[in-house]
Amino acid sequence: MDRRGLFGQVAGGLGSVALASLLRAEHPPAAGSHFPARAKRVIYLFQSGAPSHIDLFDHKPALARHAGRELPDSVRAGQRLTEMTHKQKSFPCVSTVFGFPRHGACGRPLSELLPHTGSIADEICLVKSMTTEAINHDPAITLINTGSQQLGKPSLGSWLSYGLGSESRDLPAYVVLISQGTGRPGGQPLFSRLWSSGFLPSRHQGVRFRSGRDPVLYLGDPPGIDRGGRRKMLDGLARLNRLRARRVGDPEIDTRIAQYEMAFRMQASVPSLMDISGETAGTLQRYGPNVGQPGTFAANCLLARRLAERGVRFIQLFHRGWDQHGNLPAQLRGQCRDTDQPAAALVKDLKRRGMLDETLVVWGGEFGRTVYAQGKVSGGNYGRDHHGRCFSLWMAGGGIRGGIEYGRTDDFCYNVVEKPVHVNDLNATILHCLGLDHLELTYSHQGLEQRLTGVEDALVIDDLLA
Amino acid sequence: MGGDQQQGIPVPELGREVTFQERFNSHRFPAPTVIVVFAVVCFSLARVPAAEPGSHWSFVVPRRQTPPAVQDGAWPRNAIDRFVLRRIEEAGLRPAGEADRRTLIRRLSLDLLGLPPTIGEVDAFLADRRPGAYHRLVDRLLDSPRFGERLALQWMDAARYADTHGYHEDYNRDMWPWRDWVIAALNDNMPFDQFTIEQLAGDLLPGATSRQVVATGFNRNHGVTASGISEEYRVEYVLDRVRTTATTWMGLTIGCAQCHEHKYDPVSQEEFYSFFAYFNSVTDKGVENRPGNVDPLVEVVPLGQQAIETRLAGVIKSLEARRARRFEGVGDRVAAWERALAKQPGRRGVVEGPLLVHCRLDERDGQPVSTGSPGKPATVQGQAKWVKARVAGGLELDGRSSLVLGDVAGFERTDAFSYGAWVNPSSGGAIVARMDDAADYRGWDVFVSGRRVEVHLIHQWPGNAVHLISKASLPSDRLTHVFVTYDGSSRSAGVALYFDGKRQEVNVTRDRLTGSIRTARPLHIGRRNPSGFLKGTIDDVRIYPRQLKPEEVAVLAGTDGLDEILAVAAEKRTRSQRETLQRTYLALHDQEYRRLSEQRDRRRRELDALKKNRPTVMVMQDLKMPRRSFVLLRGQYDQHGAEVKPGVPGFLPGLPAGAPANRLGLARWLVDPSHPLTARVAVNRLWQLSFGSGLVETAEDFGTQGQPPSHPRLLDWLATEYIRRGWDTKSLLRLIVTSATYRQSSRSTPALRERDPANRLLARATRYRLPAELIRDHALASGGLLVEQIGGPSVRPYQPAGLWKETSNRGYVQDHGVALYRRSFYTYWKRSVPPPNMFALDAPTRETCTVRRQRTNTPLMALVLLNDPTFVEAARSLAGLVLGEKKAGIDGRIQHLFQRVTARVPEQEELSELQRLLADQLARYRRDPAAAGALLKVGESARDQRLDPAEHAAWTVLASVVLNLDEAITRE
Repeated sequence: MDRRGLFGQVAGGLGSVALASLLRAEHPPAAGSHFPARAKRVIYLFQSGAPSHIDLFDHKPALARHAGRELPDSVRAGQRLTEMTHKQKSFPCVSTVFGFPRHGACGRPLSELLPHTGSIADEICLVKSMTTEAINHDPAITLINTGSQQLGKPSLGSWLSYGLGSESRDLPAYVVLISQGTGRPGGQPLFSRLWSSGFLPSRHQGVRFRSGRDPVLYLGDPPGIDRGGRRKMLDGLARLNRLRARRVGDPEIDTRIAQYEMAFRMQASVPSLMDISGETAGTLQRYGPNVGQPGTFAANCLLARRLAERGVRFIQLFHRGWDQHGNLPAQLRGQCRDTDQPAAALVKDLKRRGMLDETLVVWGGEFGRTVYAQGKVSGGNYGRDHHGRCFSLWMAGGGIRGGIEYGRTDDFCYNVVEKPVHVNDLNATILHCLGLDHLELTYSHQGLEQRLTGVEDALVIDDLLA
Repeated sequence: MGGDQQQGIPVPELGREVTFQERFNSHRFPAPTVIVVFAVVCFSLARVPAAEPGSHWSFVVPRRQTPPAVQDGAWPRNAIDRFVLRRIEEAGLRPAGEADRRTLIRRLSLDLLGLPPTIGEVDAFLADRRPGAYHRLVDRLLDSPRFGERLALQWMDAARYADTHGYHEDYNRDMWPWRDWVIAALNDNMPFDQFTIEQLAGDLLPGATSRQVVATGFNRNHGVTASGISEEYRVEYVLDRVRTTATTWMGLTIGCAQCHEHKYDPVSQEEFYSFFAYFNSVTDKGVENRPGNVDPLVEVVPLGQQAIETRLAGVIKSLEARRARRFEGVGDRVAAWERALAKQPGRRGVVEGPLLVHCRLDERDGQPVSTGSPGKPATVQGQAKWVKARVAGGLELDGRSSLVLGDVAGFERTDAFSYGAWVNPSSGGAIVARMDDAADYRGWDVFVSGRRVEVHLIHQWPGNAVHLISKASLPSDRLTHVFVTYDGSSRSAGVALYFDGKRQEVNVTRDRLTGSIRTARPLHIGRRNPSGFLKGTIDDVRIYPRQLKPEEVAVLAGTDGLDEILAVAAEKRTRSQRETLQRTYLALHDQEYRRLSEQRDRRRRELDALKKNRPTVMVMQDLKMPRRSFVLLRGQYDQHGAEVKPGVPGFLPGLPAGAPANRLGLARWLVDPSHPLTARVAVNRLWQLSFGSGLVETAEDFGTQGQPPSHPRLLDWLATEYIRRGWDTKSLLRLIVTSATYRQSSRSTPALRERDPANRLLARATRYRLPAELIRDHALASGGLLVEQIGGPSVRPYQPAGLWKETSNRGYVQDHGVALYRRSFYTYWKRSVPPPNMFALDAPTRETCTVRRQRTNTPLMALVLLNDPTFVEAARSLAGLVLGEKKAGIDGRIQHLFQRVTARVPEQEELSELQRLLADQLARYRRDPAAAGALLKVGESARDQRLDPAEHAAWTVLASVVLNLDEAITRE
């Protein structure tokens, strides 16, 4: 603890200049693990907008009996409502239109929209008792990603980068990939604060990789400058900078020379990372038909595996479009078509390559959706509002017990009745899998030893761990 | 308070680590907490509270210190130096020598203006051998209008200034009038106490001026949400104001007391909410789901605009008078015109040009379709049939065909233009359109829907557009003349829709257009792009680059009724017929009258636009009856505990006698000379500006968890001096930058580095990387591109394509022209997607108050400086300047290039290195002219075409290398 505290102080001040690097090659991690890690890295498949747990994971056959009936007050129990439905006069329950076939040796029922997820049912741990206090996207997505609804806090990935550093010589420790859902184009916006390093040194911020010519911003040489020309520029620049370093005696100049070299290496390593022409036809096929289309969730899942192979510590996908206030059945079909096969393929691909044991995969959104309908229910069409009291999420791989489910909600998928898992408990558990104690991973800021899981006690959920 | 104040001031050891370690050790066995933590156990870490409240050094009023005695009496230039030298001597060291003049002028220019000196300024300073040259330089810089911008940059971080609301949709807002107030106040050297009072409580001052109200925008810069529970967010805004105010003025991080008793600093929860109460009576709402400024707000007449408005009104009046005089003797002129007309039948029906597009549509199959401009024919796409129509031929569109005219009529929303055609639609679609469906329908059109006609002017559908629909339907049995005129006002009121020359009543559904309507998609007749195909007959399509008058539209439609009047003998005409004739004659055929009318209309439009588009700014305004405030249990907005009244924490001095229980009382308390923190915190920021790091390194935390000051007595001396000088910021800065301490060289030795790695002793100057904005400004200035224009709305320079769109529902529309080259300080700041090049260089997101930036050193930064078009263009422009220099020879040019960037002459080794690189690059670009051409195309600024491309490209590479030198982005 004292060592990290000390590092925190130094890194926050002028000393950071000398320490600074996005990449590990030159510098050790700021903190280091507290106990043996179960996983080396995380692939977080964040489903932005809040997927409906009722229609995808939390199967309640008995709910059909309540369909069309008012949600009992005893269940709602004074729950605050969003501005979208608080003027609604009636809160009729709506069951799901989707079937829930069973999968795997564990016999897990999952929505018919998730056949591929079904094929990894024995690998995943399905948490049905996730809970959050936020009921709107912005605060909820900020809370689950940074541990606080207040702005300015570092994200989970930044904490991991701070705690463990990168294993990669020429890639950042924390990479973000974004895709648009086809179920609901547009949808809720994202914010760079979701992958921001907050008050941590900015080298820990997530670096967004994009599809297209410049996967990393400003990666490509300007037109008319080729690799040979750039090499000569950098050689000349380094010689000039060394002359200066000799005169003024500032070690920061040496760091700068090294960072320019790193930039040069990234210019080669990132395009080779993005070039999937070496993948076998079989692999590509397993990720589904969209894998060849840059910027899709499928393409990003494949990239996630390639990033994992290259030692990137925290790979976070953001898939937009899960905000089904209306027209849920049709939109959910589109969203699941985007995500079901690639997500399952990723888990299987990691397993095939012997990487699943050391890679923690997380799939989930910021909250759940209401059992009661938003607006009218007509002909099997309906929508659901935001619901923070419970939602579902799955994890697989490094450190996680596969083939189990954890926690239980009431008959209305409304309240957690067994083993609640707060979003901060989830984050504490993720850190734990990486060998980090969430109480010990701290950074001194604004007069406090700040940490990801915030002020109130968060718990590592041991039952989820292998 | 009490206790021995001298003892209260810690005298830290040399190394920070040691200090920290000591503190850590002392905390291992916690002393009994002074404050009871009752709400929440905050952290499991058993760290420890403040010592005795009141004994912490920064909570004790600074005492006037006497500058200490020093051994080397020759070195100090002013009192500052005696404090600094004393510590240096105690450490057994000596101060560094004075930096050379070139370094000094560059350092001063960067610190005080944020810009490098020009070669001329350097030469002038070198040539000024009279005594006092340095002071004269400092005075010149402090008088520059760039000074206010430089200081304001730091203030923007503290004030979490941005151009968007931050939460959810992250809508646009306009707080730049407040930002401009700050620049002006700093340039005018407004005393810091007044600067404080006006920003925190200008609205509450007796007889507050509108400028003083604008100043209170400071505490409206927090984020505003578009969704959520209103009261929860309203409370969050109050909390944000509390945190920001406490950090900015007192260096206190009292935010933790929101949920529980502060663990380290002596702020109780009740005190926290008493402080909160000062900001809890603002009339704002929590949730505001719309773009633009939200209440409370005031309209602002930007600097200098009042004079322009008055002048315009005068011009309009005189034009009106001259126009009225044209009525004199009009009868005779009408008669003469009528006689001329008789000799020239058909002349009457001509509407004066210029006519931008005129498709008569009299062609036949396979012929190019004339658009009225030679050499630019339109092409028919799909199976359209040539038919008989109104005037000779016309075109019958089948709902899958259209005419493409290419890049013409690329109007902006501020352009006046008119367009239309004869049309008989059989189903809906666009008559004329220049629109991009895929870019939220950006563009303009006239569109048949059912048989009603719609007009769209769209930046982004549906949020940012003008849209109106005719109340009447088109007849189905014949061609109708459908015409639209528009005055460039961005308002629906500026759009007129005519059927057969008759103005139509319309329903307006959208009337908010603030963004560009320009699109790269071509002009189409018969469709949008790609949707909106029209089915039916169309003829005689016209587009005018001005707003046609009603009379002119009537002429086009052949319905002005003049034929009937002219058919009547002059003496038999009725009075109304005579008047119609005269009016029409004047409007269409009297050149002088027309000119006067057009001038008047243009001025009127300008005046209307100025008045209508007067910006607003969000400000503070309190409820008539103050809102009741309560302790919020666990910080929850709806969990009220005990009621509290406005008040200040008890460990600080009490309020001045008679202070009102509102923000004004609070502001006066903050700048009361007995306040221990305000002056210290303020001078520490000025020190940070001048040395890269404050005397208290944790500029945001003067509490018990912050770093102690490296020179406590100096800090106190400066704080008292600041007050003694009437909070005169320029005067205090002058004192700092004229000290021997400031003027030291930054050269360092391994021994000194080892001894004092962070330079806390100040036995040398600190060299450090420039802040993000200064790096870009430096490149623009070196390349001669920088546009020095103060204030106004934020601008949108280059940014990688698609960045906004990928995470939100809106795209980024880049500006062109001078907007690309304004100081980075004016770059549009979207909180959810901050300008990526600035972000890579450690600019904060502006979501929360920041008083100290990070300075990291990453490969992403290198990529920005090497590849961002901004920097490549700056290099190209710099190369062009150097090649344009009369100086003969490669060496002279290299020296010139090097001096423009670093303010110094390169040494022989550096010169040779650059020569080698240049020769190599020149050979490369001579071999590959295409590469040279490609490189020289980067950026939108024009290039001197007379320069040899290979040479220009090679020098561009050279300039890029020099701009990337560590020295270029470092303040030495």
